[in-house]
Amino acid sequence: MTSPHTRSPQPGQVPTEPGGGEPAVRVVDLCKEFPGGVLALEGLTFDLPRGELTSIIGPSGCGKTTTLKIIAGLAEATSGEVLVDGSPVHGPGPDRAFVFQDFALLPWANVLRNAAFGLELRGVPKKEREAIAREYIARVNLTGFEKSYPHQLSGGMRQRVGLARALAVDADILLMDEPFASVDEQIRRKFQEDLLYLLAEENKTVVFVTHSIEEAVYVSDQVVILTRGPAHVSKVVRPGIDRSGDSQDIRRNPEYLDWVERIWDELRDYLEK
Amino acid sequence: MATTVQNRAVRIGTHPFLLRVLSILFVLGLWEWAGRVPVSIAFPTCSETLVAFFEMLTDGTFAKAYAETIVPLLVGVFLTAVGGILTGIVLGLSPRAEWLGLPVVIVLQASPSAAIIPLITFQYGIGFAAKVFAVVLLSAPVIVLNSYRGIRNTPRSLLEMSDAFLAKRWQRIWKVVLPAGSGLIFAGLRLGLAQGFTGAILAELIITPTGVGDLITFYRSTADYAHMFAAILSIVVFAAVSIGLLQRLELRIFRPEMRPA
Amino acid sequence: MALALLVWCLVWEIVGRSGWNDLIPPFTAVLSAMVELVPSSAFVEAASITLQAFLIGMALSLVVGIGAGILMGRIPAFGQLMGMWVNIFESAPLTAIVPALMALLGFGLPTMIVTVFLFSVWVIALDTQVGVERVNPSLVEMGQSFGASKRDLYAKILFFAALPELLAGIRLGVIRGMKGVVIGQLLIAVVGMGYLFELYSRSFLMPEFWALLCVVFAFAFLASEVVAHFERKVSFYASTR
Repeated sequence: MTSPHTRSPQPGQVPTEPGGGEPAVRVVDLCKEFPGGVLALEGLTFDLPRGELTSIIGPSGCGKTTTLKIIAGLAEATSGEVLVDGSPVHGPGPDRAFVFQDFALLPWANVLRNAAFGLELRGVPKKEREAIAREYIARVNLTGFEKSYPHQLSGGMRQRVGLARALAVDADILLMDEPFASVDEQIRRKFQEDLLYLLAEENKTVVFVTHSIEEAVYVSDQVVILTRGPAHVSKVVRPGIDRSGDSQDIRRNPEYLDWVERIWDELRDYLEK
Repeated sequence: MATTVQNRAVRIGTHPFLLRVLSILFVLGLWEWAGRVPVSIAFPTCSETLVAFFEMLTDGTFAKAYAETIVPLLVGVFLTAVGGILTGIVLGLSPRAEWLGLPVVIVLQASPSAAIIPLITFQYGIGFAAKVFAVVLLSAPVIVLNSYRGIRNTPRSLLEMSDAFLAKRWQRIWKVVLPAGSGLIFAGLRLGLAQGFTGAILAELIITPTGVGDLITFYRSTADYAHMFAAILSIVVFAAVSIGLLQRLELRIFRPEMRPA
Repeated sequence: MALALLVWCLVWEIVGRSGWNDLIPPFTAVLSAMVELVPSSAFVEAASITLQAFLIGMALSLVVGIGAGILMGRIPAFGQLMGMWVNIFESAPLTAIVPALMALLGFGLPTMIVTVFLFSVWVIALDTQVGVERVNPSLVEMGQSFGASKRDLYAKILFFAALPELLAGIRLGVIRGMKGVVIGQLLIAVVGMGYLFELYSRSFLMPEFWALLCVVFAFAFLASEVVAHFERKVSFYASTR
């Protein structure tokens, strides 16, 4: 069995079972009721294995983002708990970093300041945090744009800044809320590939909310499928596709397409209800 | 509720120069014609007014009058800006202050507070302080209200992001809420200046005949309508120019594209 | 909101009773003055002149303002031409123009009507223009594709699409119109509310002065709230046009 900490494609060998050790995050019997009596989540339970990328997928409005925000500590559950490394979550923490769907960049700050913002809030001295930010700006291929402002950048570039910001704080867990939803379709595929490449060098547990099945199967080690609200976990699958080949080949790989179909079938039942 | 009047600050700078010049000439021509008809004995022609205007400009009448009008105006607007913005920020940040203070601001902003001006003399006499108070009275509500709105309308997304990255309360306010609200706060200053002009002129017309207001009253009493209209023209132009300058500054600093993505 | 205002009335009462400032009588004294004032013939006369001037002036500025605003919004050249003037006058100290009006039109109703008109028309025209300009072109094209007549386009689509901004402009116009009628009367000083304010302050009848002020303030606030009510009613679609 390959080490769960290696995410770069090993020829022919992909983890089909989670590696040993405690899962980084446990979601236990999570329930969320909104004011007005709307029950969004009902008894959600799943694990996020350490060092892996888990997607959460499900019909629109089923509570994926709510779940993610609860894990992040940005929203509160009505009952149940989220355990990170064994301790319950009570709010945002330095162990978790969030990437927002609408980028959430400060429009009056340039790329460098935005990327360093998480560190700025932690009181890291200016020289140090700018150096770290520059490093991650380079990793997301935005070198040269440090002095630019968000309104001068395309959607894809803005999201890369958001990603750099989240990586710069070096949290163990990365939470991504439909990060590529507001990005051009053509760029989106490239982003998915770039994300895998980027994460290969980090050692993070990643939770990824998306409504694109292709995306989920392409990037994830594990996919959590939610039902329509009140949502609970319908299934947890491990696509385990061979990512050693060319990205074009992967997307035409029958195993990849099979997984997409299987998950689509799962979802379709709920969509038609 | 839309406060679209503030939003249209964007559109000022887009008129082509030629159209502007033509329309000014057209209006001046219309005025001249109306004055010659004549619409009324009290209605001077454009040329008469312009002659009087340049006369007062060159012989120091305007200089003296504006010196008297501008100082209380600037002092008043400055005081209101500092106090008003702070008040607005406090109202925006503290739910208790908001509960107590906002209704008063809303009522004051909708009401013709100019009616209070007759009372000012009892408290502040007929001097400098009275004029400053008139300026403060009229400009305060709009400055406070806009500062309040600036603070309250911080985009949720940015607030959430700062929470996610563990901002402490003061960091949130200083690094996110205030910069995000600065656009509306500045717009409030511009509107406050416009109201301040009204306050200064009213004070000069009602309380204490000094400055430009006195020019207007004096020439009316001597039936010298050309000079009276010239004085009125001067204040309208002066206000338009200074507010226009503030608007340009506002556009420069707070470009519309810099609203959150 | 009402509760907070009640608290302020209480504060007013306490301050008034303490005698801290002769200008500020106890709130209860103001209330009793109000009770006596409102039915009095002086007030009724002043109020009726004021109302006349306000309503006629507002009616004029609504017609002219909305009409001009629509033209400015639909015909870009006209919009640019008029835009400069409307902007200048919208923020100009129109108070300075009132003495000229007094010289031209005298000290009576006509001056007050024109003052109300001048104070309120610019913001109504401006906001109408913005509302019309912001109408989603797809809505207009949709109407045209289904064969809507010009009248239908305006009445069934444009009017409602621009309504939120229109109402916002009208609310601001109402507020400014009230300011105009009060300022006009303060300057004319021998008619209406202006005369009464002058009289009470000159004779140092403070309870009466504040009573009148409260009535005027209450009216202005109510008028703007009526419009705000309609604004709220259309706000449900304002963000998804």
